[in-house]
Amino acid sequence: MLTVSYSALLHLLLPEVMVTVTALLVLAADLLISRTAQPRLRFTTGAVISCIGCMGTIVQILRAPQQANVFDGTLVIGPQTQLIQIALLILTILIVVLSMGSSFTSHVGEYFAVTLFATAGMMLLVSSENVLLIFLSLELLSLSLYVLAALNKRSSHSAEAALKYFLFGGTSAAFLLFGLSLLYGLSNSTNLVQIAHAIKNPPLNPLLAVAIVMIVLGFGFKVAAVPFHFWAPDVYEAAPASSAALISSSAKVAGFVIFYQVMVIGFAGAEGGADWRSSTPGWVPVVAVVAALSMVLGNLVAITQTSVRRLLAYSAIAHGGYILLALVAHTEQSFDALLYYAITYALTLIGAFGVVSIVEQGGGEKLSDFAGLSRRAPVLSACMLVFMLSLGGIPPLAGFFGKFFLFASTLSAGQHRLGLLWLVVLAVAMSTVSLYYYLQVLKRIYIAEPPSEGRRIQVPIVNQIVLCAIALGILLLGCAPNLLLRWL
Amino acid sequence: MLAWTIYISFLGALVLMLPGVPPRAARGIALLAAIAGFAVTVSGLLRTANGAMATIVHRSWIPSLGIEYHLAADGISLLLVLLTGIVAIAGVLFSWNIDHRSKEFFALYLALIGGVYGVFLSADVFLLFVFYEIAIIPKYFLIAIWGSTRREYAAMKLALYSLVGSAMVLIVLIAAYVIAGAKTMSLLALSQFQFPVHFQMWAFPLMFVGFGILAGLWPFHTWAPTGHVAAPTAASMLLAGVVMKLGAYGCLRVAMTLFPRGLDPWGFTVLGLASWNDVFSLLAVIGIVYGAMVALVQQDFKFVVGYSSVSHMGFVLLGLMTLNRIGLNGAVLQMFSHGVLAALLFAVVGRMVYDRTHTRELAALSKMHLSKAIPFAAVTFVLAAIASIGMPGFSGFVAELQVLIGAWSAFPICVVGAGIGIAISVAYAWRAMQKAFFSDTGLKDTAPLLPPISMPERFGALTLVIASLAVGLYPQWLLNLVIPALNSPLFDGLRKGHW
Repeated sequence: MLTVSYSALLHLLLPEVMVTVTALLVLAADLLISRTAQPRLRFTTGAVISCIGCMGTIVQILRAPQQANVFDGTLVIGPQTQLIQIALLILTILIVVLSMGSSFTSHVGEYFAVTLFATAGMMLLVSSENVLLIFLSLELLSLSLYVLAALNKRSSHSAEAALKYFLFGGTSAAFLLFGLSLLYGLSNSTNLVQIAHAIKNPPLNPLLAVAIVMIVLGFGFKVAAVPFHFWAPDVYEAAPASSAALISSSAKVAGFVIFYQVMVIGFAGAEGGADWRSSTPGWVPVVAVVAALSMVLGNLVAITQTSVRRLLAYSAIAHGGYILLALVAHTEQSFDALLYYAITYALTLIGAFGVVSIVEQGGGEKLSDFAGLSRRAPVLSACMLVFMLSLGGIPPLAGFFGKFFLFASTLSAGQHRLGLLWLVVLAVAMSTVSLYYYLQVLKRIYIAEPPSEGRRIQVPIVNQIVLCAIALGILLLGCAPNLLLRWL
Repeated sequence: MLAWTIYISFLGALVLMLPGVPPRAARGIALLAAIAGFAVTVSGLLRTANGAMATIVHRSWIPSLGIEYHLAADGISLLLVLLTGIVAIAGVLFSWNIDHRSKEFFALYLALIGGVYGVFLSADVFLLFVFYEIAIIPKYFLIAIWGSTRREYAAMKLALYSLVGSAMVLIVLIAAYVIAGAKTMSLLALSQFQFPVHFQMWAFPLMFVGFGILAGLWPFHTWAPTGHVAAPTAASMLLAGVVMKLGAYGCLRVAMTLFPRGLDPWGFTVLGLASWNDVFSLLAVIGIVYGAMVALVQQDFKFVVGYSSVSHMGFVLLGLMTLNRIGLNGAVLQMFSHGVLAALLFAVVGRMVYDRTHTRELAALSKMHLSKAIPFAAVTFVLAAIASIGMPGFSGFVAELQVLIGAWSAFPICVVGAGIGIAISVAYAWRAMQKAFFSDTGLKDTAPLLPPISMPERFGALTLVIASLAVGLYPQWLLNLVIPALNSPLFDGLRKGHW
């Protein structure tokens, strides 16, 4: 299928085009209503336009399901990619709506536009099997995220975190590109399927090993896996809440999906195995080590945090470790598990950052600032309870089923029966550890006495509704996982 | 029908969380929900002809993983559901005086009850585990918010112990699910799957200990005394009365039925122990004696009861390890009996005595003339104490006697240890009774003026005493439920034609 007319291509890319056009519309609208208007009004306008654009895109995807593979895998669209795109759009809508009441920047139009550009990047990212387009969309996503992290110009922390993010990110992109170029040299192709075909014989030469390490490093940075995680705590702590939510949620989903695709499709035949005491060389043992390190380090360091945002950052590293188990298992079921886990996790983190952003308006986001929150904002606290318990994996919330599904599918894989048991044992043990620090947050909220001057926190009604909806969604997805599973 | 026990409890919790409900109505709603649950249980009991497994609800839940929403009850679960109903009512009656954040208190209380009902009624292991975990979080908050002595420490300790236990269970569950083909989580189907023996050999102890932690298995029992002591009265009643039974129930219902070969001899001996069966019997006996001995030297009244729980739960575990019918009967009866009696003891200590005197030090109590000041509490405690040390006529006697008979044919040496444990239990019960209520040293002339025992307390105490007496006088009624359950196909692997 080398010949595709432009109109057909436009039709295939319509969702991405719609998101991009919406971004431009938001910019234009923000210019039109003039920069002198109330930030409140500008945020609302921007959010409304972005929401309408994203919803329109979702409707478009639902209305015209596509199944295509054009230009040798440059653009691969199927039911599953469309599902992921819908999920990404929904996450973006939630983030945008939650940021409506904030006032962290005077560049309102740019904020929404860049958020939408990032979304378009993610949507392209998950629908390509060509390393060139993958790299380009990854850079579109990453550059948008750097800008979003730095958007709060009034805070020097935000600038510092963004610079750190940018420098680390740029370096890791170079590594990734280096790895991909080695792959191109080995296979004379940029298509993942053809690459896999070309590198099959001989099985694992040194050059391929270098490529594997470079690519794992590049993607490992994007998904904040240990030991490439150093940017995460700073960015989570200092970036504006809505940017942090985007970085930790939908960007994570897209990052893990494409990490999975590249490794599983592009390196088919060079998997190796990570079974206990009988591992064989390939990319799986590399990912297994990264996963194990992420789970252990993320959870243990999270215990000592006093800032809720940093706590969420380290817990995000740990959750990244769990999700990497799906790569280690790399079965069809484990990809479903990855999607379920990543999507529900992203929902939860958007909610958690939504709560944090409201609490920090009243002071800070240290653990002590959450003291007695249940008496100052009961609904907000109930939502946070759901988010924290879901992250800790307590049924009947989505986090529990995600973990169960992920661990069960990991254990079913492996070259020998129960060969991956060591990873699952580590993961279960570490998620028990994680409950300790999630309970620490809840302890502040429900048990500690509120500060004497603490008054009731006024939560904007829109945020309250969205947060409740997210909490209900997590409960619902946990009680009836089939709602999501049957689409995977 | 029985499924409504679960739904009513969770609905009650939900209603209590609504912002419009006045705090003063909370206890009423909680009592209503508890009574409704109990009524549903009784009507379910009346309609079952025998104790065989009967499905209540069976729906597909997560079809792609073969997980089902399957609730079913046999005699053992009915018995424990009944126990939960009784203790739940008594618990509400004994927390009638909760004013601080009462809506949240009763909401968490009902959520805990709902989880417990769910565990006892689940016939799908995944579902069982879900309910098991649901029960952990409310415990944490109940103790940490409304507790006393070192409440935050005790709550976190209890939560971590429970979570470590359930992590062990989860690992084995996932492994068993995968080995059995990842197609079903049904308890019956898994129990009939022949797991490889070497797998059972490590899966069984891991899961038994995982559940056993919650049953107060020595040496993993240390959460129990601190947790019980710190908890508010109703929570310690539930903890000792029902939650510890969750652990024992899990041991019997899941660990032992799924991996019966895990109890087989190893083929070698270490320190005279030749199988996990021996190891856990030994731990149970150590628990009995150790718990009793530690209870004997406590200065805090509530710690006496807390350690006595460890001792009495040792009988349950010993009964499970006898692997014969009479021992298992005894274990199940002991779960019921200890559930009722521990709840009663904690009610006396926590509500009737501590809430009035504001001290639990036996030395301080002995100067207070309590048998004169609150004679009702004294009488109740005497009844509960003699029942729990095994006075014929009460439930403790039939339960512990059967455990001992069962153990006699399995491990005669253990009976000696258990007998010593009973002897010590007489001593600590007597010591606590004498010091707290009937001391005559250093008495002031007049009894202090304490608020009289209220009506809810009287009703609550009466309910529990009657339950214990009923079982003690006519145990056949419960045995009729338990024996058919033990004869069901679920226990095929364990039975091996022994009974």
